[in-house]
Amino acid sequence: MEALKDILATCEEIAFDLNFTRAKEWKSQDDNRVIVGYMPIYFPREIIHAANGMTVGILGGGDRKMIIKGDAYYQSYICHIPRSIMELALDGHFDSFDGFIFPSICDVIRNLSGTFQILGKGKFVKYMDYPQNFVANIGGEFYENELQNVLDEVYKINHVKVTPEKLNHSIKLFNKNRELLRKIYDIRQEFPWRLTAADVYHIVRAGYMIPVEEHNQILEDVVYHISQDINEPLDNIRVVVMGAFCEQPPVGLIKTIELAGCYVVEDDFLLGARWIQKDIQEIKAGGTLLSSISYAFLNNSTYSSSLYDAEDPKERRLLELIKTRKVDGIIFAAPSFCDPALLDHPILQKACEVNNVRYISFLFSENTGQFKVIKEQIGTFSDSIKLWE
Amino acid sequence: MSKEVVSKEKSMIIQKEMIASLSKELSNVKKTGKKVVYTFVPGNISELIRAFDMLPVYPEINALQSGMRKKSEKFIRDAEKMGHSEDVCTYVKCDVGMMINGNVGSGGDVVPPPDLLLLSYTGCFTFMKWFETLKRLYPEVPVAMLHTPYQAGHKITPEMTDYMVKQLKTEVIPKMEKVSGNKYDENKLKEILRKTSITEDLIMKIFDTTKNIPSPIDAYFAGVYYIGPINNGFRGTQEAVDYYQMLYKEILERVEKGLGPITPEGVMEEEKFRLVIEGPPNWTHFREFWKLFYDLGAVIVASSYTKVGGVYDNGFRVDPEKPLESLANYCMNCYTNLNLEQRVELLSDCITKYHADGFMVNSIKSCNSFSAGQLMIMRQLEEKLEIPVGFIESDLVDPRYFSYSNIKNRLESFFQMLEQRKLYSDK
Ligand code: SF4
Ligand code: SF4
Repeated sequence: MEALKDILATCEEIAFDLNFTRAKEWKSQDDNRVIVGYMPIYFPREIIHAANGMTVGILGGGDRKMIIKGDAYYQSYICHIPRSIMELALDGHFDSFDGFIFPSICDVIRNLSGTFQILGKGKFVKYMDYPQNFVANIGGEFYENELQNVLDEVYKINHVKVTPEKLNHSIKLFNKNRELLRKIYDIRQEFPWRLTAADVYHIVRAGYMIPVEEHNQILEDVVYHISQDINEPLDNIRVVVMGAFCEQPPVGLIKTIELAGCYVVEDDFLLGARWIQKDIQEIKAGGTLLSSISYAFLNNSTYSSSLYDAEDPKERRLLELIKTRKVDGIIFAAPSFCDPALLDHPILQKACEVNNVRYISFLFSENTGQFKVIKEQIGTFSDSIKLWE
Repeated sequence: MSKEVVSKEKSMIIQKEMIASLSKELSNVKKTGKKVVYTFVPGNISELIRAFDMLPVYPEINALQSGMRKKSEKFIRDAEKMGHSEDVCTYVKCDVGMMINGNVGSGGDVVPPPDLLLLSYTGCFTFMKWFETLKRLYPEVPVAMLHTPYQAGHKITPEMTDYMVKQLKTEVIPKMEKVSGNKYDENKLKEILRKTSITEDLIMKIFDTTKNIPSPIDAYFAGVYYIGPINNGFRGTQEAVDYYQMLYKEILERVEKGLGPITPEGVMEEEKFRLVIEGPPNWTHFREFWKLFYDLGAVIVASSYTKVGGVYDNGFRVDPEKPLESLANYCMNCYTNLNLEQRVELLSDCITKYHADGFMVNSIKSCNSFSAGQLMIMRQLEEKLEIPVGFIESDLVDPRYFSYSNIKNRLESFFQMLEQRKLYSDK
């Protein structure tokens, strides 16, 4: 088994490979393989896997891609991620991608799908309308139909038919993936000093870029290493970071949070990887091909700014999370101009106030480079909590 | 401008009366017991609300009226004090601010609280966040979610319609029955939709009159008044039919006389430029904004904004014999529910059909539903039609983002460019 530091170095390298080298290599090994890029937040990668494909997360250029052309597509008061995705697209980073999926999370991503359609990117561009009705024969049926449309597009490219057996195999692999991720978060909840938040970020993000089989191996190894008594605890408070589910914070920001005295024990940075909170069941005899995937979305999704929540308010779920993760406070960190995240914050913050949960909030952009002010803010926040405790 | 004093057209008087009567009905709900449904302009199924004898309220319209009455800045600031970010949709903040300041509407009456929040989630994600916010302000009020699938694939598929009809049957109608105490009456809905269909036809005819040179109407600045009744709860009413018939008659008279559009300062005498505009207007400085155009002889011959509450250009009309399918398809066919390619096609058709000289975007700082993608639309139209394109920025109801001099400078340069192009093509 590789040493932890080597695994972490590999993950960091893969996570930010904006040329998607590993995915492209994987594709080149077999003519029938396809690569499908998907934007935040969530897509059931199992179905593409079962169709001999690989989904690759398109998470923007972060602070590693200079924006030259992308700004000509978006006004200054629109968040940063669509312009960096455009920059990557126009510079040919996605050239061997077969298709693109734009999950329905906001108007910016929705209209970005239109831009990709107009520019004729890939062999298909699919805007995935996730149902906001969670009844099986209404929203569920609609969702299955949306997913089937994606499979039909992939079929047109590689003529691979997804069978229940193939899909069950893929479901197992991704269940394993989510289980291992849960384990890492659970171990970190007890022993956050064994792995930094930035390391966790790299590990999870690497999974957006490589085959799930490889990622599962990495995760198994990480779980092994962090199950050992490594590193020394610091006098840090424990926080959850919320609001960064789409445009990703620069890693410098995640590091700053920890350097300023906080262990990040829960976050929504790469929420899609952990979106489904329980194992997806194998397809039952008599069930439709996509029924299990659909059931999981309707019943076992995490809460999110992009899902209608009247029946199970998100503040209730956040408070529950605070209890389970035993956190001392919340950091609301949202991308500038992000309507979905920012319109949730007053609701969530009010719940914090009513329940005496301390919080702090600030805005970022994926290419933010200066963290001095944020560090001071967070430092004061963590000190104040330490003094109160 | 013609020096004659602007006398109110009959249609304007009817429209005022209609809006006043709705406000009155709303202020009397305590006495009459009528139930109140808050909903949105895009995906505005007020026919169904009326079929249950309930009254609609549109928080967006309250917000725009607050903007026009110069009240929005305080409302927005108050919402920001409550924790709302500077970066988000100002309609939401204006509405929240209005609510915490007593919910007093444009007529000076208190807008009654909702009995039902009808979240017709069409063409804009912020709607969902908006009603999640309202749900916290009115915790006892039920929300009926009607998710409108986006026309991403360039068309409305049977599965999309089916999904919406099922939601209407299992989510929206049962909640409306419960709140109103009335049973769903399909025949009543069909009857209402018959009038909608007539109104939709009339609206299309009215906006089609801009084919004339000079155009008898301004399809943006005056257009927003024309769509007022149909957007503000009068879909499917006899009043709306009467209003649009009267308006159409008046406009035809103008066409016959070769008259240009009516502006707040009289009839526009010389039509120098014909434009198509994309994006909502600014409401806080609406008159000044309009004046910048008519002073320079620019008339708007088509606008996307007047299509947010429904697009009829492509032949869509409700079919009273298929009431729920019609409501579903109507929602899916609203402007911001069209994909970017469809928007480009629609605007391109307008530019050609109404002989526009230029295309202009008014980009709204806080409206992602319109703004994200507008630069792409501009590029596409410029390439496709080789038409001059212009770009200005403002906000809907946040006066802090309205810069008169910036807009004026940009418009002047744009009109100079159009002028030169005209001279060149004349030669
Ligand atoms: S950062 Fe927010 S506003 Fe921007 S694309 Fe993502 S969800 Fe949409
Ligand atoms: S974002 Fe635009 S369309 Fe959506 S509610 Fe705000 S103003 Fe209306």
